[in-house]
Amino acid sequence: MTTIGVSADAPSRPVIEAPRSRRPSARRTGTNFEMYAWIFMRMSGLLLVFLVLGHLFIMLLLDDGVQRINFGFVAGRWASPFWRTWDLAQLWLAQLHGTNGLRVIINDYAERDGTRFWLKMLLYTSSFLVLLLGTLVIFTFDPEISG
Amino acid sequence: MTVIEQRPPSEQSPVADHLRVVRIKVRRYDPEVDPDANWQTFEVPVEKSDRLIDALHQIKWYQDGSLSFRRSCGHGVCGSDAMRVNGVNRLACKVLVKDLGDEILVEPIKGLPVLKDLIVDMEPFFAAFRAVQPFLVNSGREPTRERLQTAEQRERFDDTTKCIMCAACTTSCPIFWNDEAYFGPQAIVAAHRFIFDSRDEGADERLEILNDKEGVWRCRTTFNCTDACPRGIEITKAIQEVKRALIFRRR
Repeated sequence: MTTIGVSADAPSRPVIEAPRSRRPSARRTGTNFEMYAWIFMRMSGLLLVFLVLGHLFIMLLLDDGVQRINFGFVAGRWASPFWRTWDLAQLWLAQLHGTNGLRVIINDYAERDGTRFWLKMLLYTSSFLVLLLGTLVIFTFDPEISG
Repeated sequence: MTVIEQRPPSEQSPVADHLRVVRIKVRRYDPEVDPDANWQTFEVPVEKSDRLIDALHQIKWYQDGSLSFRRSCGHGVCGSDAMRVNGVNRLACKVLVKDLGDEILVEPIKGLPVLKDLIVDMEPFFAAFRAVQPFLVNSGREPTRERLQTAEQRERFDDTTKCIMCAACTTSCPIFWNDEAYFGPQAIVAAHRFIFDSRDEGADERLEILNDKEGVWRCRTTFNCTDACPRGIEITKAIQEVKRALIFRRR
């Protein structure tokens, strides 16, 4: 039956749309990434307390402190694989800890999706460069300086 | 249009000796009158025993009838009159004026769209609540008697059953202020109430929902929610318990 005007079986209850909807892309990623990131922050934080405080103690307080640091001092320490491992662990943990912390802050405070994206790109690029450079130096350090 | 007679406080009936006059500065917003929010100060005579809701009634009933706010039971049970009082979320019916100083700042709760004066659109808040499945999930046939549990099993989630959904916690959360996609403390409290209920079987599904990018991992444990809760629920602790359940659950 076709009628013009008000249909007899028009819905009696109008559907009222919700005024604002959440970002659909932000829902249900189905991975445990955020959980592992959260656990990593706690674990790396705990380790960094010892690594960084130990590092600062050796570099700034022990013997003549900061006054004795020069190329030879660094070369002497890095002759031992222990200190290379210490510094490598410190570099990676601190860099990833800081990167994840900033990622979280960007997620919290950047309001537009575009801003979020570019801030994170900047963060990941700079973080990758620092990690790469630091790792390269630790592995390829040559005490026989020439030139 | 209703014309409301407005008289300056000085022309009102003289204030009785036992009353004290406080200045209440309210953030007013009426999009039909002015697209911008602005502040309006009222001078209100109050009794020593008056709550903030009494002072707001005094304004609405005797000074300016256009002042809009939600309230229903007026006794801290329905959760309608959460507002930002002197910068912190309180129920207007649970906070005494004598504890708030001589000048009281009253704003709508933060992070939800303001509709008028102290009334906000609660829909984003309710949407987060609905998303965690706040109802009993149970398979099998309906039992013919009550679903029994021990006192210890009941005690496990007792704290989070006290929620009255006033939104004071969610709108005190700095993460929610910036991003309403975050579920917010209340939705996590609602999920906690069922996750740790021995009669419920939907815990895995709810944990999976809260394991999301916008779930419990966004919590920064600032304890704003615990401070704001008019029911004294240890909300931050409940959120941490959900995190712990996610980490140590059996897969």
